[in-house]
Amino acid sequence: MLSIHRSLCLIAICIAAPMLLAEDWKSLEDDGLHDPNNPAAKVLQQPEEALSVLAPDTAGNKVDWVQAIRLGQIAPRGSVDGAGTQEFRDTEIIMPNTLSSPPVTFPHRAHTEWMSCAMCHESLFVSKTDANDINMAKILEGEACGLCHGAVSFPLTECNRCHNVGPDDPVTPVSSGARIPDQ
Amino acid sequence: MSKMNRIVLLAALGALLTPGSAIRSEYADVIINEKAEAEEMSPVIFSHWFHRIRYQCSVCHVDLGIKMKAGSNGITMDKISKGEFCGACHNGDIAWTVESCDLCHSGMSGLETGIKGSHQTTGPGNY
Repeated sequence: MLSIHRSLCLIAICIAAPMLLAEDWKSLEDDGLHDPNNPAAKVLQQPEEALSVLAPDTAGNKVDWVQAIRLGQIAPRGSVDGAGTQEFRDTEIIMPNTLSSPPVTFPHRAHTEWMSCAMCHESLFVSKTDANDINMAKILEGEACGLCHGAVSFPLTECNRCHNVGPDDPVTPVSSGARIPDQ
Repeated sequence: MSKMNRIVLLAALGALLTPGSAIRSEYADVIINEKAEAEEMSPVIFSHWFHRIRYQCSVCHVDLGIKMKAGSNGITMDKISKGEFCGACHNGDIAWTVESCDLCHSGMSGLETGIKGSHQTTGPGNY
């Protein structure tokens, strides 16, 4: 019995170890991209130095980038010289046609904290309820939300961050498409 | 198969199936090697994490017009020197100049242009 337990422990450790190691930020010399013989690898800022002090997350850069702004840990400029004012929008779009997955909430607030309206409108998304044909196939191919999510913003492994409307949540879709509250 | 062999096999399988167990770059690092190595320079490694600490997405992707597909922008040193693309900041005022070749051309040889995934995904199209 003992040896079976020991074997199981060993297996668990062997499986868990790479997962735990994956929590670390790779140094530039070990990231598989930077040439360790290039002087830059010793000069450029290391990811761990910059990212370990920001709001933690479990995916992507292991940083909750929206929280990092809200907590005042970073204040990324909205223009090259930092001049100008930022426009925020609070409306949330509910997308109820998600088959067996929970409906999606699109939060304008978090997005406008990171970018201007022109990033999406009107080239990527039309500012009109029901006017945008979004589906997971497109997103997985890097279109629509997938242009950023899965590439730079939190990855597509995090289903329930978008598909986050619970069955008892007070959501009343007014059409086959989206509800726009707070307007 | 002996018990030890079974353990080794299972451990190896576990390591293979565990996301992020392979050596990978930081999430969203971009390799730009459309022209670099053909012109005897190392590939460029652009780190999104470094830049987004300092600038919002739309500064580069709207104001500077940098398209969100690696390799689709036709960036050249000539354009950068004239203040386009990276040159909007890498001009000695905001960030280092084009004289610091190594700091951008810092990639290993043979890398293909593209955006790299992370600990948990291997990036768009590969997910």
